[in-house]
Amino acid sequence: MTMTVSYFAWVRERMGVAEEVIEKPATVATVRELVAWLAERDERGALAFVEPGRIRAAIDGAMVGPDALLGDEVALFPPVTGG
Amino acid sequence: MIRVAVTTDPIDIPAELDIHDAGGHGASASFIGRVRGDGGLVELFLEHHPALTEAGLAELAHVAADRWALSALTLVHRVGAMVPGDSIVLVLASSAHRAEALSATEFLIDRLKTDVMLWKRETFADGRVEWVEPRESDHGRAERWDT
Repeated sequence: MTMTVSYFAWVRERMGVAEEVIEKPATVATVRELVAWLAERDERGALAFVEPGRIRAAIDGAMVGPDALLGDEVALFPPVTGG
Repeated sequence: MIRVAVTTDPIDIPAELDIHDAGGHGASASFIGRVRGDGGLVELFLEHHPALTEAGLAELAHVAADRWALSALTLVHRVGAMVPGDSIVLVLASSAHRAEALSATEFLIDRLKTDVMLWKRETFADGRVEWVEPRESDHGRAERWDT
């Protein structure tokens, strides 16, 4: 199944792209599993996701936890620092 | 009236006050966050999500409007490149009496530091570029409002 993954801040810088469409393996169902898969996929993923505990995610605009089930799209980013 | 905006332009505070004050409110509270030039900072860049940042601010504004009896609420966040002294964020909350306006203002500024898709990147005079790390104290302040 294909899905769109978008990246922000230093996750985006380390991945080298703001967004990509990936072919998601059947074994990847949750945010946590996607982050682990991206970390193993290539060098830039290893760099961006070296500390999975520092990664946050949003699906359809809502912040979700690492066990959230993936759909058509997900955004991955560091903890936010607005205000 | 709820007004939420994300802008790359400087926040026009007098204009925002005029719009906000049109209702003739009994009590109005405000908060302005500005870029500090600490440590030789020359630029603060705010990265945002083209759709979800504004949606996140709107969601927060509606949570505040449900929680307190507000007659008007303004939440404007600047994004993009800024220099020391620039206003980053403006919160205006009005109510019949001060307590609700003050509480709503504090709630909004605390929560938008932890709940909205915004990321700060600092550039210093010596060429260093650093993404800002969230502060533990910010999360403590945001969580006070959970109960």
